[in-house]
Order: sequence, then C-alpha cells, then structure tokens
Amino acid sequence: MTAVEVRGLRKSYGEVEAVKGVDFDVAPGETFGFLGPNGAGKSTTIKILCTLAKADGGSARVAGFDVATQRNDVRRHIGLVFQDPTLDTYLSAEMNLRFHAELYGMPRETVAPRMEQVLRMVGLWERRTSKVLTFSGGMKRRLEIARGLMHSPRVLFLDEPTVGLDPQTRASIWDYIHELRQQEQITIFLTTHYMDEAENCDRIAIMDEGKLVALDTPAALKATVGTDRVTIRTADDQAALAVLEDAVLTPDGIVISVEDGESYVPRLFGTLGVPITSVSISRPSLDDVFLSYTGRTIRDSEQAPARPVMLAAMAGRR
Amino acid sequence: MTAVAAVRVPQRAFALDLRAVKIVVQRDLIRTLQDRTRFVAALVQPLLFLFVLGSGLGSLTRGATGSLDLKTFMFPGILATSTLFTAMFSAVSIVWDREFGFLREMLIAPVRRSSIILGKALGGATVATTQGILVLALAPFVHVPLTVGLGLTLLAEVFLLSFTLTALGLAIVSRIRQVQTVMGLMQVLLLPLSFLSGALYPLSNLPTWLSIVVRLNPLTYAVHPVRTAVFNHLQVSDSVRALLNPPITWNGWIVPTWLQLALVASIGLSLMAVAVRQFQQVE
Repeated sequence: MTAVEVRGLRKSYGEVEAVKGVDFDVAPGETFGFLGPNGAGKSTTIKILCTLAKADGGSARVAGFDVATQRNDVRRHIGLVFQDPTLDTYLSAEMNLRFHAELYGMPRETVAPRMEQVLRMVGLWERRTSKVLTFSGGMKRRLEIARGLMHSPRVLFLDEPTVGLDPQTRASIWDYIHELRQQEQITIFLTTHYMDEAENCDRIAIMDEGKLVALDTPAALKATVGTDRVTIRTADDQAALAVLEDAVLTPDGIVISVEDGESYVPRLFGTLGVPITSVSISRPSLDDVFLSYTGRTIRDSEQAPARPVMLAAMAGRR
Repeated sequence: MTAVAAVRVPQRAFALDLRAVKIVVQRDLIRTLQDRTRFVAALVQPLLFLFVLGSGLGSLTRGATGSLDLKTFMFPGILATSTLFTAMFSAVSIVWDREFGFLREMLIAPVRRSSIILGKALGGATVATTQGILVLALAPFVHVPLTVGLGLTLLAEVFLLSFTLTALGLAIVSRIRQVQTVMGLMQVLLLPLSFLSGALYPLSNLPTWLSIVVRLNPLTYAVHPVRTAVFNHLQVSDSVRALLNPPITWNGWIVPTWLQLALVASIGLSLMAVAVRQFQQVE
C-alpha cells in the first residue's frame, strides 16, 4: 500500500488556482521531499493531505485513508510538525505529550513507555518536567517532532522542520530524522526550501506555480541538469562571450555548462584568446535543478517579482 | 480494506471524545493552578463591591432594607457575578491558544470539535465554580447562614451560570484572532451584563425601561435562583422578602425557579452549539 497517493489534486482560493492538478505517490518508508518557493502550492497540498483544507478536485489517500471522507482515520495515522510552534509553553514537555496522547486516544498503558522513547530520541528526556518556555528554539522543534511521533503515526509530515534555526541546530534536527528512519517504520513527508537539506530525501518533488515540475531521486534530478558549471572571470567578458557557446553572463562571472569541467578548463585557457583572471568549477546541485526546471533560483522566486540579472542575460542570448 | 476501516464502533469513538473533554478541562485546571495571581485578582472586584460598596451604601439603605444588612442582600448577586470574569477569561484563553498556535494542536486531533469546545466550556465552569467556593466561604461574614444543602445548591447554580457564560464567551471569540481585541470586547460586555442583571439591586420598583432590559438579560435568570436560595435560608419578614427578592414575572406570571434554570441551561447549550459551528468553519 502506498503511504501517500495523490491524483489530479486541485485547489483554488477565489481567483487564484493554488494547486493545478497534481499526481504523485509516496512509498512506505520513504523520505519524500517537497520542494518549492513560497506560494508554489506546496503548503496548500500538504494542508489537503493533512485534512486541514478541502480539495476542489481530484483525490488523495494518506496511510490508506481518503483525506476527504475518512478525516479522523487519516488524522490518527499521521503526525504533524508545523513550521509555526503549536506547543503550550506554560506546560511541561511531559504534559504537552500527555495532552497529545489523550487527544489521540492512545491506549493508556502505552503512553508512558512511548513518551520515554520519543523524548529520549530527541534528547529531551532529562528536561521532561521543565516548562516549554524555558526551551531554546531547537529544543522546541525537537519536542514538536517527538509529539508528532507520540501516537506512532505511519506518515510524519514535517513542514519546514528546520526553518528559522541556526545551522548547528538544523544539522542536529537532521540527525534525529535519520535516526528516526532507522528506528521506526515511518514515511516522512517534508517540505523545505533549503536545497542542501532536500538532498537528505529519497525522492524529491519540485513544485512551481501549482504544478509538479519534477519528481525523482536527488541523484537522478542532478543528472538531468547533467553538466558541471565552469565559472570564469575574464579581462573582456563580451569578447569571451562572443567566442564561447552555451555561456551566460552572471554577476559571478561567465558561466559555461560542460560535461567534464576538469578537462575542459585547460583547453579553455588555450582557445579563449582573452585573459582569464579566475576559474571555478562546481558540480550540479539541487539549486541548479530547481533553476533548470523553473527558470529561477529558489531564493529569487521568493523575492520581488523583478527578474534577476542572470535571467535577463539568459533571455537576451536566446 | 478501507471500507472496513471506515466502519466505526460508536462506543469507542464516544470514549475517545470523553478523554478529549477530560484532558482539555485538566489543562485549564493546571493552567489555573499555575496562575494563582489571576485567580485571586479576579476576586478583588467582587470583594470591593461586597464589603466596600456594601458597607458604604449600607448606611444609606438601612431604613429601606429593614433588619437586613445590605451586604447580606448583595451576597448572592456578588457570588453570581464573581464568576463572570473568570468564565469569560476561560473563553478568551482560546484566542490566546490560537495566537500561540496551541489551538491548532487541538483542532487537528482526531476527535470531534464539539469535545474540544465542550472541554473548554466545562473547564471555564470548573475554574469559576472553584472561585465560587472561595466567595462562599465569606458567607458567615455577611450573615448568610450557610448549610451544606445551601452551599451545594449555590455551587450547582454557579456552575450552570459559568458554563453558560463560558459558552457565550466562546461563541463571541470564535472568529477573533487577537487577544487585545477580545479583552476590549469583554470589558464592554461584562459590566452591562452584571449591572443589568439585578445582581446589585432588587427587582422591585424598577423604572419600566430598566425592568424590561433586566428581563431580557439572561444573567437575570441565573442571579435570581441564587438569591432565592439564599433568601429561603434567611429569617426575614414577608414585606422585606417582597421588597428585596420579588419573583420574576412575565406579564404578571411568576416564572418558577426551575424554568429559570432550564432557560439558562438551554441558552448555554445553544451558545455551545453556535461556538462549535463557528470553530468548525475555521481551518
């Protein structure tokens, strides 16, 4: 049985079509990354999957239950960690979990052992009696994850699990998620717009303007971008561009996409005829994948609608 | 297989909803115990009314109230209205929960929304009734002969009243997203509600407009049974009774106490239903 099954999902808010017919499956045990800029429709999709919003068309099943008609069954089998905090900070960590256990109707005898298990997993067992308001941001997020796991869900939804956290805390959250995958039979469905984090996923779906534009493993997606990127700075960029094929001018210099960067560079020095002042080679990242599928970097697409220099340059050369 | 899973055993679902109600109430009690300052502060105003206003005005009204101390007369009204603030605050706390995100944790749980809202209303009523016990402890100081029977009757009436008030609060706040807004709204609402309920003055010889407004105020029907219960335990002449605790009449017909209580209960339940529907519509 698939953990998440989405067919032709649609949702509009008034005039705005937020999700324009999306299809995908997530296999049990998979860590599935949902990638896209704000406003791409990923929050809306996740809300529908979590039964927090109703779809206008299409269908979705989570853990085998229909999100539209079997709402409580879906809810009982999923764990949710939102990007905004949903803890009662005046209660202890333990009381927050107990509250959750009661709301989810956990069998009473399982509450105490499960609480110890999830609190130990996120390293908060020693702090269980402390009020949550004494916790740091990272500890709160870990507690939210522990709470999301409390009732042993089959699918854990993590909406931007590391947003607003410092790099060290982000790394430690990921350590917990990896550990979790080893300890529990669980499917993890997460959204993020940190490209480096998306690489932790088994598969990635890229969503843009309400549509799924790509869906594959990080390695396969990177392979579609294919080439290495050689960035050079020269004494005369225009002269260099005139000579080079498939090259674009960016604020960082001239970017050339080639199959094998290491062997290309020595040849370039010989043939360019314009003095080169610096060279760097980079392997494709998910950032590039995103760029190639949407025509924008993920950061650009969250800023003002003004098109960045690079794209203007690209458009000009086509 | 999904068709099988869709079949629910009603009893089990009911037990789950019951657990949800209980934990929501329990949380309200824990939070109240943690915030004893607010709990005690909520008693300051009723005590001011009772002992300062009651003593101060008592010298003015000595002739009018016969042998009865004004404080004795005011006590039931104070007991009833002392729950107002606490009950309303319980309702406000749900806006607080929304602002801090915790409401979401409650609303996404696999239980009926009505159990969450019912838990909130019962929680508010329980906290307010606990406060009522403290006010009740003052009975001997204002010459109210407290018996176990009277005490339990009063607490039951206070519980019913504060349940209805919390339900009213929940129905009002269900769409409000900011604590400041709701605090202001409550201020505007609370004093008129209690001033127009006959909590602080007898219902006899009122000007026509006021007697009409008082009869339209649901709180009146919660305050009157409390006062009647107290007056039933007082040794006073019939004329004093007629002056200070006249029956409520609708066009000359005396409204019996049971009907008043039933009225308060049904208003409470209707407001609960409104609140549940409102919360169902939000995310």
